[in-house]
Amino acid sequence: MSNEFYRLRVNGVDHDVRDAWAGESLLYVLRERLGLPGTKGACEQGECGSCTVIMDGEAVCSCLVMAATAVEADIVTVEGLAVDGEPTDVQQSFVDAGGVQCGFCTPGLIVAVHHLLDRNPSPSDLEIKEAISGNICRCTGYGRIFEAVRQARDARAANKG
Amino acid sequence: MATSHSTITANTGTTTDRATRTRHGALGTSALRPDGLPKVQGRFAFSSDAWADNMLWGATLRSPHPYARIVRIDTSGALAINGVSAVVTADDVPGKLTYGLIASDQPVFARDFVRYAGEPVAAVAADHPETARRALQAIVVEYEVLAPLVDAEAAIDSTRAAIHPDGNVIRRQRIVRGDQQLVGEVVVEGTYEIGMQDQAFLGLEAALALPDDDGHGVELFVATQWLHEDQKQIAACLNLEPSRVRLTLGGVGGAFGGREDISLQVHCCLLALVTKRPIKMQYGREESFFGHIHRHPATIFMRHHADRDGTLRRVESRLVLDGGAYASTSSAVLINAVTHVQGPYQCENATVDGYAVRTNNPPCGAMRGFGVVQACFAHESQMDKLAAACGISPVDIRLKNAMRTGDKLITGQVVESVAPVERCIRETAALPMPEPLPEAPDPLQIPGGSGLTARRSNIRRGVGWGVSIKNLMYSEGFDDYATARCRLANGVATLQFATAEVGQGFVVLAQQIARSVLGVDTVLLEPISTDIGSAGSTSASRQTWMSGGAVDGACRLVRERLFATVAEQNGLDPLRLAIDGTDVVDTMGALRVPVADATRGLSFDETFEHHHRKTEELDENGQGNCHVAFAFVAHRAVVDVDPDLGLVKVVQVATAQDVGRVLNPLAALGQIEGGIAQGLGLAVMEEIVLRDGKMRNPSFTDYLLPTALDAPDVVATMIEEPEPQAPLGAKGIGEPPCISVTPAIVAAIRAATGRELPRTPVRPQDIVFGP
Repeated sequence: MSNEFYRLRVNGVDHDVRDAWAGESLLYVLRERLGLPGTKGACEQGECGSCTVIMDGEAVCSCLVMAATAVEADIVTVEGLAVDGEPTDVQQSFVDAGGVQCGFCTPGLIVAVHHLLDRNPSPSDLEIKEAISGNICRCTGYGRIFEAVRQARDARAANKG
Repeated sequence: MATSHSTITANTGTTTDRATRTRHGALGTSALRPDGLPKVQGRFAFSSDAWADNMLWGATLRSPHPYARIVRIDTSGALAINGVSAVVTADDVPGKLTYGLIASDQPVFARDFVRYAGEPVAAVAADHPETARRALQAIVVEYEVLAPLVDAEAAIDSTRAAIHPDGNVIRRQRIVRGDQQLVGEVVVEGTYEIGMQDQAFLGLEAALALPDDDGHGVELFVATQWLHEDQKQIAACLNLEPSRVRLTLGGVGGAFGGREDISLQVHCCLLALVTKRPIKMQYGREESFFGHIHRHPATIFMRHHADRDGTLRRVESRLVLDGGAYASTSSAVLINAVTHVQGPYQCENATVDGYAVRTNNPPCGAMRGFGVVQACFAHESQMDKLAAACGISPVDIRLKNAMRTGDKLITGQVVESVAPVERCIRETAALPMPEPLPEAPDPLQIPGGSGLTARRSNIRRGVGWGVSIKNLMYSEGFDDYATARCRLANGVATLQFATAEVGQGFVVLAQQIARSVLGVDTVLLEPISTDIGSAGSTSASRQTWMSGGAVDGACRLVRERLFATVAEQNGLDPLRLAIDGTDVVDTMGALRVPVADATRGLSFDETFEHHHRKTEELDENGQGNCHVAFAFVAHRAVVDVDPDLGLVKVVQVATAQDVGRVLNPLAALGQIEGGIAQGLGLAVMEEIVLRDGKMRNPSFTDYLLPTALDAPDVVATMIEEPEPQAPLGAKGIGEPPCISVTPAIVAAIRAATGRELPRTPVRPQDIVFGP
């Protein structure tokens, strides 16, 4: 048992996971074994998006992924977005636009919005709504979150222009 | 009345701050919350993120039956599992066996009877959540299953024996006022039903308990709404001195009333004391549905009597709120429902009879709106019926009867609060209507969304109205004071309070107050804990008023000492001094000293308790000054409906809210938009479905919440008429947004379909097959 381990690549760093129960979700292993509690769990059914991480370029609900099956994947969590500890444009726009209240849905939303803007740098308002419709927020009613995404989108467009 | 007015168009987020001279970060500006950056970076520690060396995981065994006698509990199988450290039941509770916010009627663990499906029976501590889960499965509980009492009327009519020593009626309250025989020229009536809503905060119940070395104390990091009330209840159950139960607020992922009652607090602390190790407990989503109270489902009969021109003369009402198995705050929820049942309208005569009853359904208690949500759905549905019967518009019937400052409630209490009901209605009506649905809409814009289920040609649009009154703070003589401490040294203010930050943004408001009062830029916040006196609960729209008043008071005491010091140094009368920007200035002379310089090497430290004015209990006729203050709001909803499929899309909600004074426009808008989404949930999708007392949908797969695609466009106006009673002129703004939006949406669906829709949430079958 003690020699059994698997290796996860998270935010560019390899982590050995030892003595783990094979049934553990990626969410559990990130939070409880790898010291990365930024990813949140709120429904365990892939309905709320709080646990969204990027796996090989795709946004997934880490509560639905068995950690031991993610050994070949490149995983990015909310902790892996910032460069040198500076907030990303999306993170800053969520703060500035009032997109954060209790903040529990926020890490998953931040990851989902990065995923959206990386694929589609100029989403329409409706495309924004659709892209984050898998992330439940109970506090904000989404209005300031839409505004935050629009701000990040427009700032990226302005920087390119 | 002199008023100012800031309009926020929620679609664009453009704001018009009236105080252009206001310093950044001070009161009146959209100061950014200090926890924003940690939250977006995943660095903010929620209670579920707490962790300790050598900790064990706690888990709870719950009853599968709504009502049963416990014959036998055998925990030996669980204790035999490798990795299980402890199993506790009612026999292990060292102190009081029950707890509760108003009546102590809820067992820490069921001993003789279980009274709802999901009631805790035992708890375990183990080395891994999976070990804990297996241990729960290994506990044998033998039940004698009993027929559950699930019909609220049967709880009243004495056809069933009491299911609890305290009886089946938790509280009855009548309101008898004025002419009891009056019959109006126009009479309309109806019976309305409100379903059971869940708070569905995202951050699940979680806590970490650390036992003291001597075994006679415990430290708890927990997500809660009221640290000191938890402390009191935990200490009593554990037979510990309250000072030996120290609570620190773990990061709270939303609350909405659902964290006002104890959930895992006593279990977690007890396991820590028994095992002498740190215990982490965290509910899953299903357990969360069982582990906290919900919004009371209600049945409300109303009869309105009016003159032919629509002038309201008398209301009659009978209200039945299903409190479920334990009392929680049911008696206070009932008082809110009965005392608000006439709505924000002047009415001289009332005949009201309200019950909060005990059943074997899941316990109900506080949720945003607290009894007024239920009453409002009934009275606003009635106002529309009255308008139709009198041949006037929904807007005109409400304007005709709108309450004003100085009017009396049906309790006889004079509404001393600023009561701009008419303005709320007129300014809502003046907000722009949405664009018509395009001829070729995107599938995401139509009812049913991307499933392409509704056809454009089938869609009908409807408009509906709702207006509400909501009390602020606690009622019936309760002194829900708040405490805050302020230290000022070297130009830096440090604030301490026990106010639960649950997401509403009190942390930024507190900083804004200190900046404005003291002229400092840097305001540090101590951890939120029981190391200082109570702040009362983060509920009842009360913390801006109460804890805001306490922070303001503490900062003003510090400012007095600062002025006294500066005055003495300069031979001035301290009354001449004021704060201007970040300076202390002599208002009658040339002196100007930066606060940072004036406080160099000095330290001022003051604590202040803010109490609201006294209230009183209602008499047997429901008369008395039981509430502190009131806030008002109007909502107009526009919906698109496919009547054949019963699908609804809420297009837009317009609102004008009476806020007293806007202290942080961005945070206020967030409360308004968030409340509207929750009210939308109760209107068209959110309901805990029960069958024979058992929840059928305790998951986010089956209990539907509004998503980004369900959220309507919100156009909002905030009406600023500063409230003289309020320390900062500001009324609480948390609850009003979610109250009258529900009847407004349902009224809009009625307008689009012609259906009666006496029940909320409106289900597809109600639209397709309903009367």
